Amino acid sequence: MPTYLAKINIMPHKELLDPQGKTVAKNMGNLHIEGVQDVRIGKHIEMNIQAEDMNVAESIVDQSCKKLLANLITETFSFTVEQV
Amino acid sequence: MIKCGVITFPGSNCDEDMIYVMKEVFQCQVEKIWHKDQTLERYNPGDIIFIPGGFSYGDYLRCGAIARFSNIMDPVKKFADRGGIVIGICNGFQILCEAGLLPGQLLVNDSQKFICRNIYLKPYSTETPLTFDLNTEKAYMIPIAHADGRYYCDDSTLKDLIDNKQIMFQYCNSEGIVNSESNVNGSVLNIAGICNKTKNVCGMMPHPERASESELGNSDGKYLFISLLSWIKEHHFVLA
Repeated sequence: MPTYLAKINIMPHKELLDPQGKTVAKNMGNLHIEGVQDVRIGKHIEMNIQAEDMNVAESIVDQSCKKLLANLITETFSFTVEQV
Repeated sequence: MIKCGVITFPGSNCDEDMIYVMKEVFQCQVEKIWHKDQTLERYNPGDIIFIPGGFSYGDYLRCGAIARFSNIMDPVKKFADRGGIVIGICNGFQILCEAGLLPGQLLVNDSQKFICRNIYLKPYSTETPLTFDLNTEKAYMIPIAHADGRYYCDDSTLKDLIDNKQIMFQYCNSEGIVNSESNVNGSVLNIAGICNKTKNVCGMMPHPERASESELGNSDGKYLFISLLSWIKEHHFVLA
């Protein structure tokens, strides 16, 4: 059975206060890095999956995100899947 | 006699405090429940299941996100569906939100810091188990100890919470004034604790079990448990 690598990004909803992102953005100026307007911080998760085909692998990732990896009240998720 | 069950997950650390308070201060029958247990059928609707504070599963991924899938959580849902009282304190509140037994979610404090100190709470409504006997004009001093206590829900959920009188407590100052300065973690509407629509599942971030005896220098927390026991005596026939 082929193996797939899923790369998942989970981000806080745009309208939510992201204190981590705000703190990082505020401190960019202290490092003399100019021009940073906004920083949002989320999670990046990578998973190896054994599945019959790409569709099944994508469905496993989708379920994993909806059931556990993301809390849809406050987070959105997106992912890519590639065969390895 | 009211029977209490206190659930321990890997990483729970307020379970013994909760057991001590219910057993020694309130003379209830108390049982320790391991998170792998499969049933709560021996508990009646007039009994109480506590989900205590701590760092279940190391708070990995999100606080309470892994604990909600423990074996005991299905029986907790069934117990709640039968009208049983479920109380989540701190991490217990986070677990109940992740499990969908309470609406909303607890996010990282707006200060990005772990906050451990006494704060003041104002009861929002007396139509909930933990506020039943409380004075809505009084500020109760209760400790908090959390990094992820910023209650968030969307606007329509917030409207439901207000309309159904599901808000139990708001963060306030020592005079009982609810304002942005007293909002210790940036919660929506200063919310420190809520209950579900049927008022039998309650969650709150502050720790009344750490403030229930004068020896600890603060006993305001005991009034919440007195409320809870009065509520059960008053409503048990309805819940059963």
